Amino acid sequence: MTELNSKYADSGYIQKLILRSLLFLLLGIFAVYYLMPLFIMVTTSLKSLEEIRTGSLIDLPREVTFAAWKTAWSGACTGIQCEGLRPFFWNSVLLAVPAVIISTLIGALNGYVIAQWRFKGANLIFSLMLFGCFIPFQVVLLPMARVLGIINLAGSISGLVFVHVIYGIGFTTLFFRNYYVSIPVELVKAAKIDGANFFRIFISIFLPLSLPIIVVTVIWQFTQIWNDFLFGVSFSEAGTQPVTVALNNIVNSTTGVKEYNVDMAAAIIAALPTLLVYVVAGKYFIRGLTAGSVKG
Amino acid sequence: MSEWLEKQLPKLVLAPSFVAILIFVYGFIGWTAWVSFTKSKLLPRYDIVGLIQYDRLFVSPRWDVAFSNLFIFGFLFIVISMLLGLLLAILLDQKIRTEGIIRTIYLYPMALSLIVTGTAWKWILNPGLGLEAMLRSWGWESFSFNWLVDPNMAIYTVVIAGVWQASGFVMALFLAGLRSVDDEIIKAAQVDGIPTWRIYLSIILPSMAAIFLSAFIVLAHLSIKSFDLVVALTGGGPGYATDLPATYMYTMAFSRGDIGQAASSAMIMMAVVFAIVVPYLYSELRARND
Amino acid sequence: MNTKLLIAATSALTISITSIAKAEPQAEVLHWWTSGGEAKSVAVLQEEFSSRGGTWTDMPVAGGGGDAAMTALRARVLAGNAPTAVQLKGPAIQEWYEEGVLADISSVANAQGWADVLPASIAGHMKCEGSWCAAPVNVHRIDWIWANATVLAENGISMPSSWDEFNAAATKLKAAGITPLAHGGQAWQDATVFEAVALGVGGPEFFHKAFVELNEDTLKSDTMKAVFDQMRTMRGFVDSNFSGRDWNLATAMVMNGEAAFQIMGDWAKGEFLAAGKRPGIDFLCASTPGDGFLYNVDSFAMFDVDGADKEEGQMLLAELIVGKNFQKVFNMNKGSIPARVDVALDDFDPCAHTSAQDMAASNAGGSLLPSYAHGMALRGAQSGAITDVVTAHFNSDMSSDEAVDMLVSAVANSM
Repeated sequence: MTELNSKYADSGYIQKLILRSLLFLLLGIFAVYYLMPLFIMVTTSLKSLEEIRTGSLIDLPREVTFAAWKTAWSGACTGIQCEGLRPFFWNSVLLAVPAVIISTLIGALNGYVIAQWRFKGANLIFSLMLFGCFIPFQVVLLPMARVLGIINLAGSISGLVFVHVIYGIGFTTLFFRNYYVSIPVELVKAAKIDGANFFRIFISIFLPLSLPIIVVTVIWQFTQIWNDFLFGVSFSEAGTQPVTVALNNIVNSTTGVKEYNVDMAAAIIAALPTLLVYVVAGKYFIRGLTAGSVKG
Repeated sequence: MSEWLEKQLPKLVLAPSFVAILIFVYGFIGWTAWVSFTKSKLLPRYDIVGLIQYDRLFVSPRWDVAFSNLFIFGFLFIVISMLLGLLLAILLDQKIRTEGIIRTIYLYPMALSLIVTGTAWKWILNPGLGLEAMLRSWGWESFSFNWLVDPNMAIYTVVIAGVWQASGFVMALFLAGLRSVDDEIIKAAQVDGIPTWRIYLSIILPSMAAIFLSAFIVLAHLSIKSFDLVVALTGGGPGYATDLPATYMYTMAFSRGDIGQAASSAMIMMAVVFAIVVPYLYSELRARND
Repeated sequence: MNTKLLIAATSALTISITSIAKAEPQAEVLHWWTSGGEAKSVAVLQEEFSSRGGTWTDMPVAGGGGDAAMTALRARVLAGNAPTAVQLKGPAIQEWYEEGVLADISSVANAQGWADVLPASIAGHMKCEGSWCAAPVNVHRIDWIWANATVLAENGISMPSSWDEFNAAATKLKAAGITPLAHGGQAWQDATVFEAVALGVGGPEFFHKAFVELNEDTLKSDTMKAVFDQMRTMRGFVDSNFSGRDWNLATAMVMNGEAAFQIMGDWAKGEFLAAGKRPGIDFLCASTPGDGFLYNVDSFAMFDVDGADKEEGQMLLAELIVGKNFQKVFNMNKGSIPARVDVALDDFDPCAHTSAQDMAASNAGGSLLPSYAHGMALRGAQSGAITDVVTAHFNSDMSSDEAVDMLVSAVANSM
């Protein structure tokens, strides 16, 4: 960690105070930018429809009510079924957890190979794989539908996991490869001399060092997969729809009466697992970084 | 035999991913290219008719807007997110006790689906409902912020909401990178009397080149994929002033049953991406090999 | 002994044959009616379906007036497992038929005598090259103008019967500090206003030539320029924050007196009624100035699926959709009127009565026209191209001449 303030410790308590205050001021200003929409979402979700219709959208709720939250979780209509988001949560979990684990693992192995086991053409292969990060999902939708139909995975959660793993490989490989490049080659050489093989080196040397990048990768993959709507709606059928499809159904009804408070509550509920991942992973973020630098 | 296997193991491990990408990325790009040469409407057809889709694409005024928006939005979104992410990472790197909370505050926007945060931003940026109205009611009568409803400025509101969503993640990437720099080097430089900002500029940042690559690719991916963002915030409007190739593509394919058009716009978009990313990758990976 | 065995065997065989033949109707239904009121209405259909022994699997996909649902539909069809019934309307039905993926439900249609109870133009939409392939649910009227009764009374204005009257009234209201027209700046809303204006300015024949036949001379004509002129005038009657506003927020503006008029289809009625406003007392409904009736018919198309139980499900579903009970209950909840002409309208509100009368009258007079803005008159590519021009014109200071040129080339380019 960089102790950049140590230099100022003796050159002036006041100077340190000023810089520190400036720091917090800046952080605070940015925090307002980031928190503004959340503030609006939370306050709207706690108002009654009447208040939303008649009041200003930025006001605090005159009367706090949690009815919208209850509706969003278990009562909102997502079609004929009016059971809120609850029935769809499990589908998303069944989808996201395996997909994140598998794509992260594959990415780690790929990154390890490309960064440490240089062979002819490794960089070319890496570049080709990277391009997979840029393909817009709309392009992929129709041919993938065809393929899923042929291999008989259409409409199932396994099919969705399959799709998300395939399109996650580009990113996970990128993250791990860029991280592993900074680990000196001597480490692998020394281990090979000691008689360790490919997987041994990976498991005992690289994995332990990878905590920060595993955190970043998991955060990215979980977010992308959990919040994905396009694949979720096209490759599922009744019974396997993830929570984003349900959220969309609650929020985007075209000609019905819009219940903004329920919409906001539903969006926050749908985001809770991802937020949980951020908070939990964040702890490892701190722990990982002290072990981040490689010494001998 | 097992020695041969051991030697080939790295390649074998990489092979399944590589094959998958070949099929599901390049194969599908090939499929899209094929379809862009056909008269596909509702569903794909495969008899080639020539460049008619591209002709139609280039005379469409809406495509012109979408295409130029890609550059405006893409450039601003990537540059601002990178700078902001870097700034926040450096700020957070200063050993703050409440780092965990502040970090979560900057990061959480990415967790929320744009389907709804788009509505929140729409309200904030709307002159009559949001920021402008609020500041005016507080006494600042002449404050004006009507970009959202101005066809010429609306695309910049998409940048604001986009940066809000993505910069936290970029910050997390940079923070991970900042903290993986060897302490010894920094301490040595501080002992030598090099000022802090100099340390950042000449030692720390250059060692994070790989992280910059990751950040760039993530942001470029997000800007290309920007679909929910536009739909939720402006619906492509006013008029189609905030249309982007992703929304154009989607509209043609799924609302207008014009898959041939969608395919041709996709090919053009990917050509642009290719033209930008490939040189960057080349120089990056070249430098690595030195 | 042998005879007993024979009898037993025969009865066993008969029982097993009848149980095989009696398939359980099944239907997986893709639709986008996911909000409270609409969802309740579809639930009625589901209840009827299950009371006749059917199993309904719901596949709702909201958004974009069906865009997301169409995405899902394409993926499902390409993957080879199309849903049993899909909410489709207008020329999209025939488009899908051309891909060879729709089923033929003529047997039900003929048995139930659909040809006798549906107006000719509506029946036309439900047919694919002569055979029936879709079942109509309702008739929405698009060209309504809604008004705040108090605001109008206070300013001495009555519902306009011509666009000149509207312009005069609007100018008066603007001077009094009231927004004349509450509008949401979304492409489909711009298109809705545009077609109401086009019908009023040009008349039913003009509308048909321009937006159904796509006749180039009509699209280039001075009448079309006049339509754009009126649109430019309308642009001056909306408030400065109209961009991106949702349609129901515009209705709210009329409800609370901030604005006087809104041009919107009959689903706006639902917003008024949900807020406890009374038709004729708090809010007024009338057809937009001009002669004619622009309709939007929601319907379910039946897709080609395997399995006797799914085919049974389609037949049953089709029968129930056009059945009197569903037609009545659904439309009462949704604000539209039944597609069937022989449903008693006693329990419907006054605006619905007006709608039904107008529909009968325009049907007889030949001015019952499909809405282009809501996907009834043209295929997606063409209607989208026209809407692009309309919204670009509305949101810029393009001249009517430029707009007309753009219109002609956009339509040509969209074929």
